[in-house]
Formats: sequence, structure tokens, C-alpha cells
Amino acid sequence: MKLQKKKKAAPAINTSSLPDIVFMLLFFFMVTTVLRQTDLKVKLVVPQATEIQKLEKKSLVSYIYIGPPSETFRSKFGTAPRIQLNDAFAIPSQVPEFIEKERSARSEAEVPFLTTSIKADRETKMGIVTDVKQELRKANALKLNYSSSLRTEVY
Amino acid sequence: MKKNRATPEVNAGSMADIAFLLLIFFLVTTTIDTDKGISIRLPPMPEPNQPENNIKLKERNVLKILVNSADQLLVDGKLVTIKELKKTTKNFIDNPAQDPDLAETPQKAVISLKNDRGTSYNIYIQVHNELKAAYNELREAKAQAEYGRPLDKLTQEQADEIRDYYRQVISEAEPEDAGGGN
Repeated sequence: MKLQKKKKAAPAINTSSLPDIVFMLLFFFMVTTVLRQTDLKVKLVVPQATEIQKLEKKSLVSYIYIGPPSETFRSKFGTAPRIQLNDAFAIPSQVPEFIEKERSARSEAEVPFLTTSIKADRETKMGIVTDVKQELRKANALKLNYSSSLRTEVY
Repeated sequence: MKKNRATPEVNAGSMADIAFLLLIFFLVTTTIDTDKGISIRLPPMPEPNQPENNIKLKERNVLKILVNSADQLLVDGKLVTIKELKKTTKNFIDNPAQDPDLAETPQKAVISLKNDRGTSYNIYIQVHNELKAAYNELREAKAQAEYGRPLDKLTQEQADEIRDYYRQVISEAEPEDAGGGN
């Protein structure tokens, strides 16, 4: 008996739905991409810590950046750490105004859940951070988060 | 003259390539930066005409942590390194040896933190981190001892009870400007 040898050409995979799939992925990434709204004008490397918590709702977080001005601003602003609120350098006394603006941009029900995240360079001295903290207390913005990255080694 | 041409079909073969290109662009530019950090709650500003409250705490119930502008730590008068801080704090809160100089009960323990304006932000975060780690470890140990399960596997009430048993009280004094930090 002669064994029948199957000689079938491998069928071509139907790729007609490939663009659809790719477009779907594309739209997903387009929608989830959040372009950074603020340009960082300060150079900062956040400190590392082990006991960090995730900030739940990003829309309820307002950021305060503290660090030495980045290269392009150095000639104008020097190298001493500065505060950045939104897109501009600021002084501590402008913090309550900033918080007030952040609050008015949200609905009243969300205001108690507003968190302030301090993103400060690890080389910063506490003086400037304390000034910001005091201003936050004055503005009654008491929920605070010190932004840090995860450190794997534990003391 | 009337041209009777059938509309040629648009070649969609390169559609996938274009879409891929865009996809890769968005993949590369997307930065899913998660915001993580150490959460604390600031004490509210005292009312302007509120009388100063001088709550007297027993000396033994307060762990005084001082950080100077050279990032050195003084805990209850003793120079310690950041690596020893967690152990010292845990010992202070729990006081397993019933040392008369350490906290009476974990609920009465208060940590007082004071730093200089010249203290670096990094060491400040490390101190907060170690204090938090000390409390978290104590809570975890208690959860294991009482219920035989880690803290996040307990019911809300049980977890709250343990959190309340080891409640974290950190009082931060206004920093002093002793100088020497710049």
C-alpha cells in the first residue's frame, strides 16, 4: 500500500484584520497617553524610600516641584533650589494662591481629597521645604505626599 | 468624450505599516509615571487666639529625634545612624524589656522630630521612612501574632484595631536655623 503523502501548501494567514487590531492598540495608547502638562524647569531626583504608597487618583493631585533650576535657567536664576508651581518659578508665599486655584478647578466634593505632592530634589535643604509646608498648613492643604522612588535595599 | 472608468480601489496594503508606525511612536512617548511617595498628614495651623496648649507628656513617652545640618541624628541624646533608627524606634514603642526610660505603652508613645533648616531633604525622607517602617513592622508582627495572617489579609475591623494599637504620632517642631548647612 502506498502511503498518501499530503502535499498541501501552507495556507496564507489572513492579515486583512491586522490594521484593525493595530488601530485599536493605537487608539488605546493615544487615549491613555498623558502628555506632561508642565515643563520641568528644575532639575530633580526624588529621594528613595521603602515605605512608599501609590497616589490613588492622579486628577486629585497638585504638584509642587523643588530643586535647582535646570541648565537653561541657571544664568538667570542661579543654582539655589527654587520652587516651581505650574509653569513658573515661585516663592513660598505664592503657594496658598496656587492651592486655591487648584481647588477652584475641581468640584466641591473633590476638594477634601486633594493631595499635594512635593517633588523635591534629594539634595535640597529642608529650609525651603519647611517654608512650603508652613504655607500648605496656612492654606489648610494638609494631605501631603513626599514623592519618592522605590528603594529595594532595606536598612 | 465620456470616460467610463471604474474608480480604482485604494490600496490599503500599507495601512498596517502606517498604523504600526504611529503605534510605536505612542508606545515610545508614553511614560506611565506612577506617583509614589511617603504620605503624611500635616497638623492644622493653630487658631490665632487659641491659648497655647502645653500638654505635658512624660519624658519617657517621647522619643526625641534631632537632625542637624550635617545630617547627623540625635535620638534621646544618643548619636545614632540612620541604619539603627528603625531598631531604636521599634524598641522605644514596644518596650519589650519594660525599660523605665522608654514608652509605657505603644499608644502613649510620641515621636518628636526636629530638624535644622540646613538638613538635607534626603535624610529627612529617610527618617520619615524609617519611622514608618518601624510602625509597619510592629503592626505586621502583631497581625501575625494575633490572627496568624498578614495585615492586608485581615478584615477592616481587625486591621483598624491593630493600626490603633500602634498609632503613629509624630510631632514635628519648627526647624531651627542653627546654620552651618550651606
